[in-house]
Amino acid sequence: MTKTLNTFRSGPDESGHFGNFGGRFVAETLMPLILEVEQAYNEAKVSPDFKRDFDYFARHYVGRPSPLYFAERLTEELGGAKIYFKRDELNHTGAHKINNTLGQILLARRMGKTRIIAETGAGQHGVATATVCARFGLPCVVYMGATDIERQKPNVFRMKLLGAEVVPVTSGTGTLKDAMNDALRDWVANVEDTFYIIGTAAGPHPYPAMVRDFQCVIGEEAREQLQAAEGRLPDTLVAAIGGGSNAIGLFHPFLDEPTVQMIGVEAAGHGVSSGEHAASLSGGRPGVLHGNRTYLLQDDDGQIKDAYSISAGLDYPGIGPEHSWLHETGRVNYVAVTDDEALEAFKLCTRLEGIIPALEPAHALAHVIKIAPDLPKDHLLVMNLCGRGDKDVFAVAERLGVSL
Amino acid sequence: MSAGSTTRSSRVDARFAALKREGRAGLVTFITAGDPDLETSWEIIRGLPDAGADIIEIGMPFSDPMADGPAIQAASQRALNNGMTLAKTLDLVRRFRQQDQETPLILMGYYNPIYSMGPQRFIQQAVAAGVDGLIIVDLPPEEDEELCEPAVDAGLHWIRLATPTTDGERLPRVLENTSGFLYYVSVLGITGTRSALTEQVAEAVQRFRQHTTIPIAVGFGIKTPEQAAAIGKVADAAVVGSAIVGRIADSLDEADKATGETVPAALDLVRALSAGMRGRVPA
Repeated sequence: MTKTLNTFRSGPDESGHFGNFGGRFVAETLMPLILEVEQAYNEAKVSPDFKRDFDYFARHYVGRPSPLYFAERLTEELGGAKIYFKRDELNHTGAHKINNTLGQILLARRMGKTRIIAETGAGQHGVATATVCARFGLPCVVYMGATDIERQKPNVFRMKLLGAEVVPVTSGTGTLKDAMNDALRDWVANVEDTFYIIGTAAGPHPYPAMVRDFQCVIGEEAREQLQAAEGRLPDTLVAAIGGGSNAIGLFHPFLDEPTVQMIGVEAAGHGVSSGEHAASLSGGRPGVLHGNRTYLLQDDDGQIKDAYSISAGLDYPGIGPEHSWLHETGRVNYVAVTDDEALEAFKLCTRLEGIIPALEPAHALAHVIKIAPDLPKDHLLVMNLCGRGDKDVFAVAERLGVSL
Repeated sequence: MSAGSTTRSSRVDARFAALKREGRAGLVTFITAGDPDLETSWEIIRGLPDAGADIIEIGMPFSDPMADGPAIQAASQRALNNGMTLAKTLDLVRRFRQQDQETPLILMGYYNPIYSMGPQRFIQQAVAAGVDGLIIVDLPPEEDEELCEPAVDAGLHWIRLATPTTDGERLPRVLENTSGFLYYVSVLGITGTRSALTEQVAEAVQRFRQHTTIPIAVGFGIKTPEQAAAIGKVADAAVVGSAIVGRIADSLDEADKATGETVPAALDLVRALSAGMRGRVPA
């Protein structure tokens, strides 16, 4: 007998667990801060003032709601499912990241914090954080792996223009996970005045739930917009997954609709069997890192391995704990797509729709390309186009052997 | 529940009782297992009791030591680069116990390598190897079911960190299931960076003593014999880690390999720290 859950939307429990995942695996030095954030967030999320501020800035500063766009040419080309893009790449700063940084900085202000820190991989979350810090006049320190700084010079310059200090991280392997370690170290040392804006739906409770809640604006809008366009729910949702914030934002409002299928697309890099990938669910196993239990890329001794993907926004060796839980319950189906497949999707989208997607949603699109042709024409598929590709043109040119 | 004592005879309790009789505070030394390589760290560990370490803490290397500063991060990385694993760390403990039955030995580290091995298997092997206690940095009281409760049931001390932000409301939670000693992190931050003022430490220790009778060790930022001696006057033990690990790092060659200086450099500092705590600070 399998027991069916009444709802997939009630998590996490009081101690921050989604089933066996999530939790608060942090040093005692951080516990008082985590508990303080949790209490402040619990108050904020039921506060009409907080909601009013969030809605105001989401509309007038970020540019929400983002359109739900019928990708007609792509639909014709693939010859199957009717494909819609949720166009979060049209947000201010060009990705879904700002939905979350906006929410968190409003919370930081509410808590009276006067200094903001963040980690960033490719720089998108760093830019989104530096942007809201400029808007609200708070000093901002962004931790970024030294190798990423070298690879993502335009974003580093953008953050500096916005007034942020970008701190190169050379500890460990000098990548996103190490940037997160250093941000946590900073936070421990500056507990009084500092708020840590985590960039994805991971980390210690309450971050996975809080980031999800701020990103749920994506799914809530999509639901209303598709209702208006088609008069019904979608059949399939597809989104790319690094830490998984854009995906959980799209999926969560639909989790209790049994007819809606959901597919999360991880980055398979050179292929999951090559060992060079960022597919935590497809190629990892449960472990504890950065404050939560979740699927992680790790060796036999439990040491964390570096992730790899052509998309810098996906190369994190973990995944948000709620995705680990949705994976194990089977509610969401998780697949992986290689660099090459994502590149082909990137080119196709650009040529057919006149939209240069970020390499992250290009992974989602690569999976759409695989499944759409076999689906009936009245099958409604919504893909989260969570970021624009301007930031990726250099990486793509290099990969295609073009020198700029 | 108050802080319990372990059922089997405890080397930690015996050591603090002996220190009390001697009328002095203890020296707790930390090094990372396998830093810079297995045999060199073995030579250091086996020499620690004679050099004056009262309690030995051994770090279990982890790829992402988020509560540690640069010195201990680098030590972890050196050890891992040379193939150190949790199983080999337990082997080191086993070797140490064959020559020393008295000196308490505490393993310190992060949860994931243990979770990966399997908590029950780890506890069994740690007890068999002769480990006395555990400090697992990323397992706060909120996650006690994971490892703390089975470890305590198996007779291991569970040693927790308290910090300047551990207030009267939080402290009982921190003391629950804690035994052996309480490890007071005297500064807000990571290992090996800032140092606290002795008066502030004294004040905090007094505050904790109102809630518990277990010994209180103070660490983070203690680098010199003078600092160790000063802390020894206000607490039951001083913990020195980054400074010793730093001496190890300074003694290595350009390829981060051990040299003839490595073992003496670490043990000389321990001797100086011990002398300082016994009131014999060298001029």
